Formats: sequence, structure tokens, C-alpha cells
Amino acid sequence: MPGYYDTQHLADFGKIAEVKPELGNKFFDYYGSVFAEGALSAREKSLIALAVAHAVQCPYCIDAYTQDCQQKGADVEQMTEALHVAVAIRGGASLVHGMQMRSRVQKLAM
Amino acid sequence: MRPASAALEKVAEDLAADRKTPRAGTTLRRRNSPLAATAEQLKLLATVQLERQNERVEFGTLVGQGLSPATLEIFQVNVGKLCNMTCRHCHVDAGPDRTDAVMSDAIMDAVIAAICRTRAHTVDITGGAPELHPRFRDLVDASVAAGKHVMDRCNLTILLLPRNNGLVGWFADRKVEIVGSLPHYRRPNTDAQRGQGVFDRSMEAMRLLNAAGYGQGDPERRLTLVSNPAGAFLGASQATAEREWRQSLQREHGVTFDRLFVLNNMPISRFLEWLQESGNLQSYMQRLVQAFNPAAVAGLMCRNTLSVGWNGRLYDCDFNQMLDLEISLPEGPHISTFNEESWLARSIVTARHCFGCTAGAGSSCGGQTA
Repeated sequence: MPGYYDTQHLADFGKIAEVKPELGNKFFDYYGSVFAEGALSAREKSLIALAVAHAVQCPYCIDAYTQDCQQKGADVEQMTEALHVAVAIRGGASLVHGMQMRSRVQKLAM
Repeated sequence: MRPASAALEKVAEDLAADRKTPRAGTTLRRRNSPLAATAEQLKLLATVQLERQNERVEFGTLVGQGLSPATLEIFQVNVGKLCNMTCRHCHVDAGPDRTDAVMSDAIMDAVIAAICRTRAHTVDITGGAPELHPRFRDLVDASVAAGKHVMDRCNLTILLLPRNNGLVGWFADRKVEIVGSLPHYRRPNTDAQRGQGVFDRSMEAMRLLNAAGYGQGDPERRLTLVSNPAGAFLGASQATAEREWRQSLQREHGVTFDRLFVLNNMPISRFLEWLQESGNLQSYMQRLVQAFNPAAVAGLMCRNTLSVGWNGRLYDCDFNQMLDLEISLPEGPHISTFNEESWLARSIVTARHCFGCTAGAGSSCGGQTA
């Protein structure tokens, strides 16, 4: 195995259901339904997916949803704004934990 | 009327004096690129490996007998390659230097005579920027007089040229449908493809059209916009994109339109050059083949459209025209001998670029087909 990530894995993703297809197929059916046009447009869902892909730092997802966002008519400014939403939540999640630190400080410090 | 050559010289002068239209690049012809020759384009397309389910495929074998002629509805006239712009994705290799490819008076007369005879209900005028042709208004007037619905394939910025003052009102008086090209409803993708500042000029043109009653639901003042992807990917879903475009253009720029067509980019001419230079040619062609949609075939424009070139030669569509793939008719591929009965019995000429029209939701001069 030359490395932990391989671009071919994305194209072959569907093959994961060759083992335990009853589970894999349920996942892919669900996945398809999640991204269908609904109360949110497929384009909005693609931008959310792009943001989450960066938050979970999944290179497969970043590749897939960069292309998908472009194909659904999003431009690089919109995609970058979506990415900053993920960044803000990630950063904010760290920062808000600072309140734990502060409350401990208040408890223990003179 | 001035002789065509003197009138054409005046157009070329106006274009040379035009400092306001942004340009994204230059034509293949001006750069003496090998791809300026259609034979080179076909040769390059032939080098690509096209596969479906691990088997090599060609367009003809995949479509089989599915691509049969329908009745003639659209009479499409390409009056020439002269344009005020030089967009990077242009399949025509149009530009301000293309005075070499402009319809002559004699061909224009033959085209007008054929329009008077045809059963097609619509005359679709394209280019280049067709409004630059010295006899553009003759062609529109003759088509209107023959009772045809007229569509002008307009790059929008052309309406702002001083020589076209008053053209928008002139269109409105004749109920000409404006089919305006705008790659994207926001600035970055549009300017990347067409030149810095084109988006703002396009918004200015849309405001002129809106002020003349276009784009407000009046079927006699219809403003259709045409979008195409700014890169090596397929067009967005037309219905979803139309909602998004409508809201954003209204909110950000206060402009409205009636409907949106979403097209795929065709691997021809300058877009083909870009695909090759950016290393996207193989993957883009493969993407088109993978996305082949049999349901898109029935609505393809080649079935109901006659495409006439600037030199009077006939084609099954404007894309075939740009690759010099002439129509197959017993009388020969020329407007002077055009016979609608033979046309109905023809075999449609196809090649690898046709995968662009059958990919995803399909793509034709009338937008998505599936």
C-alpha cells in the first residue's frame, strides 16, 4: 500500500457495498435521498457538503463536492464563503471552550 | 444601401475604435494556431479515449437509429464570425478580426428567399455578434414580414456599442426575442470567461432591455438568458439555476429575465484549445460520455433545425458548422439548392463532439432537452 489516500478510492467508493451489501446499499440509498432536491436546493446541499468536507478534512469529499458545487452553478466566492462557515464554527467551537477555562480560573484563582 | 464591402469596412472601423468592450483573449486565427483549422480540431478529438463500462464507444454506435429527423421548426442563420468580444470558450472562434467570415450580399439574398419559402416557424439569427452584419436589419425585417418568430442570439454587450443606439427599441417594435448569453449570474465566472468588466456591461444591457419592456413576462418582449459552465464541467439543472439566477439578479442588480437556458460547453475551437492546454481534454470528454443520457436525444436541435453558414453552406447544427461537417443532402449542402423534402429524409451527421449535447440533462440551442 503506497499511501493512506488514493484518488481511485473515490471512483471505487461504491464497491464498499460488495461486502455487507445490505448495509452498504442502505447507506447509498440514504445518501442519494439526502442530496435530492427538497426544501433545500441540491445546490445549497452541495455547498453545505463542501463546508462539512473541510471541517472533517476529507480529501475525497473536498474533491467530489468542489466539482459538484461548480456543476451546480456555484462560483469560487460562494464556495469560499461556505468554507469560512465551517472555519468559523470550528474556530468558534475551540474558542467557546475558553469559557470552561475561564470558569475554572474563576473557581481556582485568587 | 452601401456595397457590402464598404459597409463591412465601417463595422471593422467601429470595432477597432471600440475601447469599452472588454476582451478575454484573441482568436485562434489571429494567433495562427493550428487549431484554427477544423481538420486539426477533429484530429485532436480523435486522439481521446472514449469508454463506457470499460468498452470503447463512439457517438453513432451509442445513439444508433435514435437520431432521426423531425419536422423543420428552426431556420438558424449564422451571419458570420465577426464579434466585438473574444470569449475564451467560443466555439466559433469569433472576434473583431474575423472580417474573413461574413455573409455576402448574394448569400444573404438567397437566405432571405429561403426564409420566405420555409415552413419553419422560427428564424434564429446567430454569429459572431449577428447585429454587426451590415444587413442584419434586412434579415430581421424579411423574417418578420414572412411571419416568422425571430430570435437574436445576442452577447448583450453589443447593445451598448454607439452604432447600435436605438436597436433595443427597434427589436421591441418587431417582437424579436432576445437570447442573451451570460455565462453566470455573478461577476467572477462571467468575467473569467468573457473578460474583466463584461458582467457589468451585461447588466447595463439588461437594464436597457428591461426598460424597453423585455424580461417582464410579455411573450412579445421575451428575454431569454443562456448560461454555460465556466470550466470543464456540465451545466447546472436549468430549473434550479433559473430560480437562483432570478432572485440574485433582481436583488443585486435590479434586472429581470423571462427564462434561462443552460448549455454545456462544446469541445470545439477555443474551448477545445483551453481543454487541451489546461490538461482537461481527456477527462472532460470522458465526463460527457459517462453522462450520456438517452432521454436527451429526442429533444436535440439537429432534429428540427437547419443551420446555414455565413458562406451559404448547410449543416445539421451550429457545432457541425464550426467543424465543417456539412449536411448530407442529395442536392448538395448549399442554401441556393435547399429542398425541405430532401431535408426531412436526411441522415444527421454526428461525431464525437455530439456527446456535449447528450450529456446530463442534454444541451441544445433551446436549452436542456431531458
